[in-house]
Amino acid sequence: MTKIFYTQDHEWIRLDGDVGTVGISNYAQEQLGDIVFVELPQLGTKIGQGDETAVVESVKAASEIYAPVSGEIIDANTALEGAPVTVNEAAETDGWFFKIRLANKSELDGLMDAAAYKTFVEGLA
Amino acid sequence: MADTIDAPLRNTPLHALHLALGAKMVPFAGYAMPVNYPAGILKEHLHTREQAGLFDVSHMGQAMLSALPGIDIAAAFETLVPGAIAELKPGQMRYTTLLNAQGGILDDLMVTRPVHPEHQHQLFLVVNAGRKAEDFVHIETALAGKATLTRMEDRALLALQGPAAATVLARLVPEAASLGFMHGRRFRVDEVDLVIHRCGYTGEDGFEISVPANAAEAWAKRLLAEPEVAPIGLGARDSLRLEAGLCLYGHDIDETTTPVEANLLWSISKRRRETGGFPGSAILQAQIKDGPKRLRVGIRPDGRAPAREGTEILDLNGAVIGHVTSGTFSPTLNAPIAMGYVSASHATDGTQVNLMVRGKPLAAHITPMPFIPKRFHR
Repeated sequence: MTKIFYTQDHEWIRLDGDVGTVGISNYAQEQLGDIVFVELPQLGTKIGQGDETAVVESVKAASEIYAPVSGEIIDANTALEGAPVTVNEAAETDGWFFKIRLANKSELDGLMDAAAYKTFVEGLA
Repeated sequence: MADTIDAPLRNTPLHALHLALGAKMVPFAGYAMPVNYPAGILKEHLHTREQAGLFDVSHMGQAMLSALPGIDIAAAFETLVPGAIAELKPGQMRYTTLLNAQGGILDDLMVTRPVHPEHQHQLFLVVNAGRKAEDFVHIETALAGKATLTRMEDRALLALQGPAAATVLARLVPEAASLGFMHGRRFRVDEVDLVIHRCGYTGEDGFEISVPANAAEAWAKRLLAEPEVAPIGLGARDSLRLEAGLCLYGHDIDETTTPVEANLLWSISKRRRETGGFPGSAILQAQIKDGPKRLRVGIRPDGRAPAREGTEILDLNGAVIGHVTSGTFSPTLNAPIAMGYVSASHATDGTQVNLMVRGKPLAAHITPMPFIPKRFHR
């Protein structure tokens, strides 16, 4: 079973070996509302933990997506460019944004697991 | 759109109804207002274009301006605005602007001359929520000894907008459906005093219904019970008005922009351009004669990325020629749209520009507004 981690900025990262798939949480998509545009990172870009890596826009506003970990971008979900609503419909599955080859797995230690994130979100209500 | 004010938020008479409908509430101009309901901005926007939407705009300022004996109310009010108020027929409404001495816009507002022969010394005003306190003091001060202003804080304001609006309203207030565009009057229905105008802020046919606060929820529920009507929040109100090319005060117009720069010259009649007599009239007359240095224009980004308020607008040589003042994603066009100010030499329709979005120049072009055909009732 793959492991999933969450950030306080509502990104998730699902680990498969040393590659993480990154998206925004279902809670985040609910807060943003209808997604109308996504901007994805260039393949091969090396990014640091917390860097602005992608952009998601609703009718009202633009929001940055921060890298949960540092590493190299090895894939981007270009299907979202033609169907940004996928982020609303399947935020934590088909609505993924990019894949990153982790530079430092120990960065995951600072993230929340699913249970901790659930508690975190409940505390925001 | 949301803003932060330290004072406690005020609630409109429909607050409980918003919560019951599942609205997401945000602070706006000192009020707790629904930004969207569970359907979401996109569906609410399209619903308004296809059927009818009900908006709570009770935060806006309603007031009655009454002349003191011997004073012509239209002539008095024309000293504050460039609109032709004297020519307003009973029951006719007009869009105009309160100006400062530099011709800058203090607020934009709607002005109606009442229908009743005994009320010809009065004007009914509707101003923006975020400006009403300042507007009303400004008007009272400027017209001291000539007129008195009565704030109508005991009334809510509902907007019913969309192609089905007239059909829906005709079921509840049959005579209202015969109102002409930009006309309004009182209606007494089931012992309730309504003031209904045929106008709006969406580019659609529609009505604004002033209703006593204690009857507001019942009237909102009656309208929502009609099958064509859905509740619509401020989020869709903003995207609808932007598609219609209409200004949002504090964003597209403010004290530093004149009606000429804001491309609102249509709101200043020939008589008033010639004779002046409003604040900043010499400055505006010069701008009309020589052309303004900058103009509010419509902008269509060529790609999919929206350009938001504050985005720099560059010419093809990379020089900054202006800024975006409102930008969103148009649900109707399924594409981004924006408005902003550019130097007059770049304001021609079709002019290619670049928008600096997140450090990258994105191709765009100047385009006529509205972005969608207006469907006002004629």
